[in-house]
Amino acid sequence: MAEEIIKEYWRWPEGIWINPDIDREKGGIITAGIDVGSVSSQAVVLVDGELYAFSNTRTGSDSPDSARKALSIAVGEAGLTVDNIDYCIGTGYGRVNVPMAQRTITEIACHARGANFMYGPEVRTVMDMGGQDCKAINCDDKGKVLNFMMNDKCAAGTGRGMEVFADLIRVPVWEIGPRSFQIKKEPPIISSTCVVFAKSEVVGLLEKGVPENDIMAAYCAAMAHRIMELLNRLGVHEKFVITGGIAKNEGVVKRLEKELGVKTAAQVWHNPAYKAYPFDTQIAGALGAALFADSMVSKGKVKSVRKK
Amino acid sequence: MQAFYGYKDGSGEWFIIIDTDRCDGCGRCVAACPANALEVGEDRFDPLSEKPVARVKEGERKKIRYTCAPCRPGYGDAPPPCIAACQPGAISHTEAWQQSYVKK
Repeated sequence: MAEEIIKEYWRWPEGIWINPDIDREKGGIITAGIDVGSVSSQAVVLVDGELYAFSNTRTGSDSPDSARKALSIAVGEAGLTVDNIDYCIGTGYGRVNVPMAQRTITEIACHARGANFMYGPEVRTVMDMGGQDCKAINCDDKGKVLNFMMNDKCAAGTGRGMEVFADLIRVPVWEIGPRSFQIKKEPPIISSTCVVFAKSEVVGLLEKGVPENDIMAAYCAAMAHRIMELLNRLGVHEKFVITGGIAKNEGVVKRLEKELGVKTAAQVWHNPAYKAYPFDTQIAGALGAALFADSMVSKGKVKSVRKK
Repeated sequence: MQAFYGYKDGSGEWFIIIDTDRCDGCGRCVAACPANALEVGEDRFDPLSEKPVARVKEGERKKIRYTCAPCRPGYGDAPPPCIAACQPGAISHTEAWQQSYVKK
């Protein structure tokens, strides 16, 4: 039998990073946040409220395993174990299934808090584009949620939809953004809301001989339009930021900016000391959870469970 | 905080909105709700706050349209039991239910 080459076009790069500037031996409180989403899982470790390590990996079929994997990548590389952690908070879709977490917090609260830390206190609207849902959150200068809207009924306009689309047109998912701009003029958007119907629509376009780049533009524009409908109800205030995987897709982000007439904030750390650190929009939820854990432990609201 | 409990789909926006700044956690709405969809507990969206507030049960959120429909929120002069019971006026519904009763 001829060997079949299987390429997974949806597969996005996973990541891990350890802060070289922090000596955790000198640090006090070590907290962790684990965000088990429907598509990706992240773990963030903080030492005294400063970013120490994070990992970003794909969620498997088993939530506890995904949580363990995300955390072990982040702490293992740093030479830590679960026993060294003072407090751990789980968040995201699979938060009830994080075995090492002492408590859970909704991802809405965590994303607002995480975005506040990443982009700064001027953030007023956070749009989290998750794997299978999207949430629009308005927050105050401390990252406290003021109101929010969530669409978790269907995968239209979410990360998983983009992955399905990448696989269908056989283009790596991170190339879709840049390539969607290599077009002569903006094509009409994909009109189906449902990912399954959108897929059929794309197949139809491919058969008609529409150039691939045009189809990518049509899909990105459709996704931007979908997100905008959610944001319209809540109202968008500057500074407006996008977190989650779709924030890395400029094809969607730029089209959304154009449709809303509001620019998204640059994806750089608010804290100037963090300038050299990698900026990953996907860690916002886990970062928020770790920050909550840090403030709870340092304010004495919860007891540390550290064993050594 | 305005907590939106519910969902949005092709048929409209189906949300119960609870204003947690007004809610005093008295629990009268919990007793009033004939569908038993409400509860009083920790504010899920503000983990650092200690004040208990009314919230919609997690299992009800994705079927809120049908849970609330028998009380006909927004229809006629009488408010649904939860809103009538709430003295601080913290509970409201989106317009989707009201619109669904309008004859076409």
